Amino acid sequence: MKERAKNTILSRIHRAIANAPEPPPVPHDYREWDKRERSAIQEDFIDRLVDYKAIVTCTDDANLPQAIADACQWHGITQLVVPADLPTRWIPDWVTTLQDDPTLPNTVLDESSGVLTGCAIAIAQTGTIILDGGATQGRRALSLVPDRHLCVVRAEQVMGLVPEAITELAERATQPITLISGPSATSDIELIRVEGVHGPRTLHVFVVNGP
Amino acid sequence: MRVALFITCFNDTLFPTVGIATTWLLERLGHTVDFPEAQTCCGQMHYNTGYQREAIPLVRHFVEVFGAAEVIVAPSASCVGMVRDLYPRAAALSGDAALLSAVEQLTPRVYELSEFLVKRLGVTDVGAYYPHRVTYHPTCHSLRVLHVGDVPLLLLRAVKGIDLVELPNASECCGFGGTFAVKNADTSLAMLSDKMRCVLDTGAEVLCSADTSCLMHIGGGLHRQRAGVTAIHLAEILASTESEVE
Amino acid sequence: MTPKALPMFPQAAKIALANSQLRRNIGKATSTIRNKRASVVSELPDWEALRAAGSAIKARTMRHLDEYLLQLETAVQRAGGQVHWARDAAEANRIITAIVQGTSADRVVKVKSLTTDEIHLNDALAKAGIRAIETDLAELIIQLAGETSSHILVPAIHKNRSEIRDLFCRTIARGQDLTDDPHQLAAAARRYLREQFLSAQVAVSGANFAIAETGTICVVESEGNGRMCVTLPHTLITVMGIEKILPTFQDFAVFLQLLPRSSTGERMNPYTSLWTGVTPGDGPQAFYLVLLDNGRTNVLADEVGRQTLHCIRCSACLNSCPVYSRTGGHAYGSVYPGPIGAILTPQLMGVKQAKTLPYASTLCGACYEVCPVKINIPEVLLHLRGEVTSQASPINPEALAMRQLARIFSSPKRYEQAQQLAQRGQRLFMHDGVIDHLPGMLSGWSAARDLAPVPKQSFRDWWRERQKGV
Repeated sequence: MKERAKNTILSRIHRAIANAPEPPPVPHDYREWDKRERSAIQEDFIDRLVDYKAIVTCTDDANLPQAIADACQWHGITQLVVPADLPTRWIPDWVTTLQDDPTLPNTVLDESSGVLTGCAIAIAQTGTIILDGGATQGRRALSLVPDRHLCVVRAEQVMGLVPEAITELAERATQPITLISGPSATSDIELIRVEGVHGPRTLHVFVVNGP
Repeated sequence: MRVALFITCFNDTLFPTVGIATTWLLERLGHTVDFPEAQTCCGQMHYNTGYQREAIPLVRHFVEVFGAAEVIVAPSASCVGMVRDLYPRAAALSGDAALLSAVEQLTPRVYELSEFLVKRLGVTDVGAYYPHRVTYHPTCHSLRVLHVGDVPLLLLRAVKGIDLVELPNASECCGFGGTFAVKNADTSLAMLSDKMRCVLDTGAEVLCSADTSCLMHIGGGLHRQRAGVTAIHLAEILASTESEVE
Repeated sequence: MTPKALPMFPQAAKIALANSQLRRNIGKATSTIRNKRASVVSELPDWEALRAAGSAIKARTMRHLDEYLLQLETAVQRAGGQVHWARDAAEANRIITAIVQGTSADRVVKVKSLTTDEIHLNDALAKAGIRAIETDLAELIIQLAGETSSHILVPAIHKNRSEIRDLFCRTIARGQDLTDDPHQLAAAARRYLREQFLSAQVAVSGANFAIAETGTICVVESEGNGRMCVTLPHTLITVMGIEKILPTFQDFAVFLQLLPRSSTGERMNPYTSLWTGVTPGDGPQAFYLVLLDNGRTNVLADEVGRQTLHCIRCSACLNSCPVYSRTGGHAYGSVYPGPIGAILTPQLMGVKQAKTLPYASTLCGACYEVCPVKINIPEVLLHLRGEVTSQASPINPEALAMRQLARIFSSPKRYEQAQQLAQRGQRLFMHDGVIDHLPGMLSGWSAARDLAPVPKQSFRDWWRERQKGV
């Protein structure tokens, strides 16, 4: 039965396009990478994050742990969900660590006060942070269920334009990938934008420059 | 230049003053106007309503009538749009290779009036005088099919004495759409009432456009409302001079 | 099974236009999104280059659709997913119902999917005793109210906040003290849906894109309910029209720029999820992809209409359409409204079932200007109008009148005779020097507009007189 449906559809397609001409090649005249200075690209990234109502802290390697600790205090975070491979120096020692190993149940994630992850890459043009399940990021549920997402983005992870990021990601295409561009929002009620529906209602980004 | 006037069946029958104004204007600019009397209708209404094969004889007739002209000018963006944009398709539909070839040779010589003046003749000041408050409605064919851009506005700005006011939401369709106004009368009316509100918001005494089809629709609505706004074609404003003020 | 014919657009539009609240809301919604779109598009110096690339990628995809679908199937299977093929809506519903029944779940959580609306999945599941819970805020509102969507992107735009508050107080927020503040309403929805997300075993989604090369599925959204549905449950079922496919992962570079800017007028939407098959330890452990035809191969077979399948469902055409922005979506009588609906629905259902839709347009071309993949909607509308007339009876009044007019216009002599007839005959319809009532089909005109009388002297009369004088 399954084979029959598949074969029917394929033969319908075949008949439909039998006399179709070969279309012209795809023109790639759009910008493929950002030619500007790193500083301009970084400025754009922060600008876009702020525009999306994410909270942004600019810091450096040495001060990152303090910045995270200050943020946890400010947000009232006492229990922090973390991926198993998150650098321990990032985590304030007065916070209860909920490491995702063994796998944390959804209810624990739901009741926690926040999650701390790194990221894979980011896009300045659109203020996007991309997680691909790689180092310091953990599985998708970790950065989805808790109400606050604290995310560390290294300056060198920030790419200029969307095409550059896609080229990077293509090497890990079959990983579960999430592109995050600000906290969740809806404009479904009279077109009034309401921030924070299902995803984390607070997104706090730490942009880390080299030491 | 010898200019063959393509008057359009619409203007010929309902708005002859538009043709008269076009003739006077072109002659004032030093050109000779021909009027091939065998012309009838370009077939736009048929083609757009879905009677595409029925339009083919009208395409042939147009090609016969205008084929030998050096340049053809019409005071109508929609009819010129039909010829330049859709005649090649109609000719392809006919399967007649000779017709297709004739159409392809003809279309580059067919112009809407304002684009002819500015883009072909390089003229923006035609020596017109029209001391009235005027607002201009650009029409969908002139904007999106012929891409005349702001050429009509360049011509209007150069008119002496004119008080030109920008129309809000100018590029939005007025709701005429040929048989749409009849087949979808309620929607057409909703679009018309919004367009009329924009016209009235400008405080203009005169509404101007390059298509009498839109003018008939918007002007007809304004007249029914007794709104006190006159609808006039671009050619008539450009043809007005100090010695012949309307 | 031949689908029922759709209600006539002119009549449905008349009813919609008389609803002042709808008219105002849909006008405000469309102009707001229109302006946002214009603003973010103007930021990109290479917007036209992106459109050109998008259009070309889609054209290539359609030309090799069978190859790409096979490639997608292999890639998804390699990654631990299962692929099903559905020739029509009924088959898709049977497949999906069977999968859900196999899990013993009695409810599924759903991400908004026009494709699932098209096949009436919720009804099919309900018949099998399975409850489908919509999790998009607007879809939830519509579902609770028992209504249908009026806009692809903001389906509940026809409802105002106090109506939504009343609805919630009757249903998901019983006993709660809610004001009509949109923030409170969204919070009430969050509380209700959170329970659903955390306990659901099965989710159903659509797909914005699917990559043939890698088997990657993509869902683009704003609220986070998509992420919830494609991450938390054990079983995920994705229903996808076969035209949603793209050749390579790199094509995201173009489409993830075209879609957000065209649809919500943002540089990027809040959340985009990409997944391939099953990833052990992360997300659903059972993934099913259902590939749906349901008339798409008919569209593919039409040389002119084929471009309709390029649509990425951004709704930019809806927001720029002067007809849609006044009538709203219900008037189109189908899941796909607005300009894209006017060309897609007749092609999916058969032109006879939706014969007024190709005429629900003035051919103004605003849609073509904003379509991110450059679908020439006016061209397809004209093509479909030709199909409508060629399938209609050759002796219907309009066809007879048109043929008669064509005869008249193809001869200068008959044309001039007709002009003289109009000059004489108009007196019947005149009043105080103006034509204010027209007969039959034309009465719609004179209902709202005056028509200046046919002048006694036509242009050619004037010309001939002038020639004599010369």
